[in-house]
Amino acid sequence: MMKKLEGSLVSLLFAGLGIGGVVYGARTWMPELASRHGAGIDAMLHYLLVTVGGLFCTGYLVLGYLIWRGSRRTAIGPRFASRKTERFLSGALGLAMAAIAEGGVLAIGMPVWQEYFASAVPPDAVTIDITAQQFAWNVRYPGPDGRFGKTDPQLVDDTTNPLGLVRDDPAGKDDIVTLNDIAVPVNRPVRIQLRSKDVIHSFFLPNFRVKQDAVPGMTPEVVFVPTRTGEFELACAELCGLAHYRMRGFFHVLSAPQFDDWLRVQAAAASAK
Amino acid sequence: MDNATTVGAAAHGHAAEHSHEELPFWRKYIVSFDHKVIGIQYAITGLLFLLFGFTLMMLMRFQLAYPGHPIPLIGNWFGPDKAPGGIMLPEFYNQLGAMHGTIMVFMGVVPLAVGGFGNFVVPLQIGAPDMAFPKLNMMSYWVYVLGGVTMVASFFVPNGAAQSGWTSYPPLSVIAQGGGQTMWLIGMVFLITSSLLGSVNFIVTIVQLRAKGLSFMRMPFFVWAQLVTAFLLLLAFPPLEAAGVLQLMDRLAGTSFFMPSGLVVSGKALTAAGGGNPILWQHLFWFLAHPEVYVLILPGMGIVSEIIANNTRKPLWGYRALVYSIVFLGFMSFIVWAHHMFMTGMGTTMSAFFQTTTMIISIPSVVVLTALLLSLWGASIRFTTPMLFALAFLPMFGIGGLTGLPLGLAPSDIHLHDTYYVIGHFHYVVAPGTIFALFAGVYYWFPKATGRKMNDLLGKIHFWGSFVCINFVFMPMFIQGLGGMNRRMYDGGTLYLHNAGLLKWNLVIGFAVWGLGLFQIPFIINFFSSMRWGALVDRNPWEATTLEWSAPSPPGHGNFLTEPVVYRGPYEYSVPGAARDFTPQFEPERA
Repeated sequence: MMKKLEGSLVSLLFAGLGIGGVVYGARTWMPELASRHGAGIDAMLHYLLVTVGGLFCTGYLVLGYLIWRGSRRTAIGPRFASRKTERFLSGALGLAMAAIAEGGVLAIGMPVWQEYFASAVPPDAVTIDITAQQFAWNVRYPGPDGRFGKTDPQLVDDTTNPLGLVRDDPAGKDDIVTLNDIAVPVNRPVRIQLRSKDVIHSFFLPNFRVKQDAVPGMTPEVVFVPTRTGEFELACAELCGLAHYRMRGFFHVLSAPQFDDWLRVQAAAASAK
Repeated sequence: MDNATTVGAAAHGHAAEHSHEELPFWRKYIVSFDHKVIGIQYAITGLLFLLFGFTLMMLMRFQLAYPGHPIPLIGNWFGPDKAPGGIMLPEFYNQLGAMHGTIMVFMGVVPLAVGGFGNFVVPLQIGAPDMAFPKLNMMSYWVYVLGGVTMVASFFVPNGAAQSGWTSYPPLSVIAQGGGQTMWLIGMVFLITSSLLGSVNFIVTIVQLRAKGLSFMRMPFFVWAQLVTAFLLLLAFPPLEAAGVLQLMDRLAGTSFFMPSGLVVSGKALTAAGGGNPILWQHLFWFLAHPEVYVLILPGMGIVSEIIANNTRKPLWGYRALVYSIVFLGFMSFIVWAHHMFMTGMGTTMSAFFQTTTMIISIPSVVVLTALLLSLWGASIRFTTPMLFALAFLPMFGIGGLTGLPLGLAPSDIHLHDTYYVIGHFHYVVAPGTIFALFAGVYYWFPKATGRKMNDLLGKIHFWGSFVCINFVFMPMFIQGLGGMNRRMYDGGTLYLHNAGLLKWNLVIGFAVWGLGLFQIPFIINFFSSMRWGALVDRNPWEATTLEWSAPSPPGHGNFLTEPVVYRGPYEYSVPGAARDFTPQFEPERA
């Protein structure tokens, strides 16, 4: 009696946990999408939810059923599965999972891969140079000449020259520098060059499904296309020290004319200093 | 207690020599060479560290649930440099985070799973009188203790313990102030050395000391799991030992193995020579730390397999498939490490390779899980306490494994990397996965180790309470992670607007964690009271088939009264025509 009760309890709980988890997970928890490649990433996650969720539910129902049946048997039957059946079933289930869940998600993921990691920088991209430091994001636009001025770590001064800009470099004269504030035009590719002055940070835009570590000594790039205007958040995703939790920035997506205005205002503010 | 066990056969001359002399207390319980005593030392130390590491998390969870509020009752214990007025500082939070990870993995789960269960059970299951190198075994334990003491002591040095995460990524870890990080590195060198000493011992013992008739394919699955684990420890751990020494040099001797040129920290250019590479550390670290995942999970799978076979009264489903799968898992685990590094900018060539290997390694894991699930097919289940934990292992490990898929693919990892989703994923593998398996093992082999059974009612309270609470701890983390909440945030992410709807889960998780803590009390009471007052058992209380159940409970020095001989495979349950529903490996064939 106790055995039956326990069996039912365990099987109900296990089966319920799987199904409940999947149903609950099916709600959209992700931040509002605002980039082109992000749709592909969301599609991957949704596909996995459906297929892996299906596996969960099936597996848990089977588990629940087997436990429930097992709690009602007093002795086991005389027949076992043959070696061949054992090999076949355990292998087949593994391969089926791989084919359905992984094969499908790879098929969805390849274009995203191509777009996010492996494509050349489009010529009309807005290039932004972002240098992370404990605990801020230094943002630099190349200005009208499209070239960034030189920097030198020896010249860095946290109050007057956080980037260590070489002042007499002509390419740097028109550079626009902001702190924790990034603006980009909507529907145009954005190319972000990441650097770090001190430790590893990670450039994370939750709404854009963009993340890239800023590793000192390297200059990785990310290219993506924002598709919605608005103000979004930039977070540091890699533990970078005591104030890591408030290394927050803002990412404004503007219409093309608004973006040009913004650049003009920033340039004027810079030359007024 | 039957310590003066006599060993009959001349083949056990070594054991016979020792079995009659009465050893002084310190030789018997402190610096013992006996694998059973060392196993129990390891297990109890490991359990204590698990409790300690868990306590650190209970503190952190208070800060996350109630950021900036003073810790109630015990807030004043930590002093002004950690929690002035009882309010936790970011320094202290980061120390707790780094040390929670380190303690749970390197000082809790591995020592309990490998040092504890491996040491105690493996020689008994293969019919050996002891490990191949008893003194090495003792040394392995004491080096581990040394590492553990170093780690814990680091909380008390100026600036406190290491605070750069359990991964200790440079440059952050190299520029970290104070002695904590240095002590972390020294502690890691000790802990890895201890694992290496242990792994050599396990390999030699399993290969050389098997009883007559115990061919490899007759070995209990647990022994196979320990054998593969030992190879992982032997081959994957030395790179981090080397890397640890290099980082120590970077901190203390001014070298730049992991420090690139041109670093500017707090407005000052660093004097480090430069030319090093922070990514190199990550490769070396994860070259250890990914096989480490399998070091954590394989012994758990082994324990669960033993218990499932025993409590279903059926042979394990697909024993050979299981063995081949874990050997393949072990091999593959060496070539998946860089899937932890998709976001570093290491390039598409590496990402493509490592996401392919990661997809491949998931297949044997699914084979293991299905084999264990199908073992329940047609079974008559005994709902003993160890069986409940073993049954729970299946869905929990399933959740942990399958939620790993989107992390193993570089494009979907973009959004989830370094969020709470990752924390939920690997904790499902290790906490309700491995740690539940370890609890199952404690309940299962406790009668062999002490000659007494643990209390069933307390065991079931422990199981049900833990099972419910632990799911409330880790399930919400998937939601938080999908919502973009980052890990390692001192304030739980209250500053970010995109976290606004996710913060309420921090309260849920907090209460679930403290509830989980409360439900460990029945276990602690049960563990110690059963040593003295538990029901006495004979040799084979679970009616099991493997060799350890032919030895007395507890086994004396030298383990077996007569030299064990093995006549058949490990899981001959419910053999048609047999008188009982189990036919032990050590039972001679009837003519």
